Amino acid sequence: MSELVRASGVSKDFKRGAETIHVLEALDLAVGQGEFLALMGPSGSGKSTLLNLIGGLDRPSSGTIEVGGRRIDDLSNRQLAGWRARHVGFVFQFYNLLPMLTAARNVELPLLLTPLSKSERRQQVETALGIVGLTERTKHYPRQLSGGEQQRVGIARAIASDPNLILADEPTGDLDRKSGDEVLDILQTLSSQHGKTIIMVTHDPLAADRADRTLHLDKGRLIEGHTA
Amino acid sequence: MRFLHLLWANLRRKKTRTILTMLSIFIAFILFGYLVTIDHAMNMGVSVAGADRLVVRHKVSLIQPLPQSYEARIEQIEGVADATHQTWFGGIYQDPKNFFGQFPVKPEEYLAMYPEFVLPDDQRDAWLETRTGAIVGRNTADKYGWKIGDKVPIQATIFAKKDGSRTWIFDIVGIYEGAEKGVDDTQFLFRYDFFDEARQYGAGNVGWYMIQVEDPEQAVAIAEAVDATFANSPAETDTATEKAFVQGFAKQIGNISKILMAILAAVFFTILLVAGNTMAQAVRERTEEVGVLKAIGFTPKQVLGLVLGEACLLSILAGGLGLAISWALITAGGDPTGGALPIFFFPPGKLIVGVVLTLLMGIVTGTLPALQAMRLPVSDALRRG
Repeated sequence: MSELVRASGVSKDFKRGAETIHVLEALDLAVGQGEFLALMGPSGSGKSTLLNLIGGLDRPSSGTIEVGGRRIDDLSNRQLAGWRARHVGFVFQFYNLLPMLTAARNVELPLLLTPLSKSERRQQVETALGIVGLTERTKHYPRQLSGGEQQRVGIARAIASDPNLILADEPTGDLDRKSGDEVLDILQTLSSQHGKTIIMVTHDPLAADRADRTLHLDKGRLIEGHTA
Repeated sequence: MRFLHLLWANLRRKKTRTILTMLSIFIAFILFGYLVTIDHAMNMGVSVAGADRLVVRHKVSLIQPLPQSYEARIEQIEGVADATHQTWFGGIYQDPKNFFGQFPVKPEEYLAMYPEFVLPDDQRDAWLETRTGAIVGRNTADKYGWKIGDKVPIQATIFAKKDGSRTWIFDIVGIYEGAEKGVDDTQFLFRYDFFDEARQYGAGNVGWYMIQVEDPEQAVAIAEAVDATFANSPAETDTATEKAFVQGFAKQIGNISKILMAILAAVFFTILLVAGNTMAQAVRERTEEVGVLKAIGFTPKQVLGLVLGEACLLSILAGGLGLAISWALITAGGDPTGGALPIFFFPPGKLIVGVVLTLLMGIVTGTLPALQAMRLPVSDALRRG
């Protein structure tokens, strides 16, 4: 399995007044292409921070992050935005859909940043919604969808522009077991059948069991790992 | 254009707030339309005043008459091409609210002096042949439904007739049109010879003179020469360009332009605060969504553009509608004062200024929240949500 993500000696500090909080400390991590990785750990262990760094939403205080062989920690804000648009899809715990847009319009959002024509965008939106099984709900607004459906729209938005890397921050954290299972099914399918690399933060061991590998973080350090 | 639906969707998010904000902008631009039209109407005489015409009035006051004999002496002054006179009649047609200017003039001289008053030849001939004949501007004729052949009674407030009667009856023999938009087409002009012969007092006097000069460059020197000619006479004169004369006339009721602009500035400042607050609040409520947009790849500048675009869309829609409605009301309704502002139309130049203002308002109200959204770190935005 070729490597897609490599974090080397990554530390992340936050200032709170005069105090410096070390969220991540000299962390090394490699994630293979098409791998489904679960990150677990207690609250404040640095899981989401690590996810943000890998997704280019934040920069490490020290160390380097490479994705697809390209260093992203030294890119400008504008370059990072462009890179994210092409290479990363985000799935959030609370779905973070825009409430005034329909499901299809939400999924279309990342495609607005591409040179695709309107009909090409529509086709890609239909494909993405088809993958998550929501072709009948394209014109529904988020308030008209259940939590599980909203999260599936969120996944469709994450894959609409066909990125290699999908970062999911507690994607089942706000869902009941049945809906959570449906979401995890989709993530597994994306990894196994579509070759997407997925890094998922979760508190749920059952969710983590769906991943190929689970890593545990505590106080900013990776403490153990196993392969499913 | 591909982001337009996003801007529109954001405006629909809090419909009541958007409608109230749009209403305030809409009303501000209705007000803008009326105030600039009133300002324009009050200054229109100045802008259409002939550069080659002078006005000679009594040195003491405009209402003091000048002898008719001055005309020949004025015409002898070097550089004067022609001279004619006009007198304020101040009559009432049916009701004092029906205001329009009435002036006894010498028809041939007056029409030659004011080529911007366009009168067909046959009507001109009829005026010359009819001592009680009068010509009237299209605007006034349409307003009162007058047509050629009508007899129009005007009740005098200043000049009674020799028989003591105050009712002057005129025959409408012509209807003039303005050669261009902005020419006063409300005047009621009748023959001075008929007026002078029939009036009870003041025969041989006129209100003021208009002079056509051969060379506008010499206007100041000619004005001085005219005043010098009548210096130390019982009726000394004060000569100025027609533009200065009209300006002086307008200033008799104060610096209206300044007052109007002060009102407009106050209104727009208030609306800027209202709309600016709305935009700032709208963006604050959407911090998390700004974070999502940035996470999926919107650049800081694109986020800035989205917020600015939303503010501009709000302002252009509401302001544009306000301008359109005020234009329609002004065009259809005309002068709301019943004749005090004879040239009353929404000037196209000011309409363009209005459109630019709507855009500027959007930019000004959107800039601060747009900058805040642009600078917001994406991880912070997602956390704050």
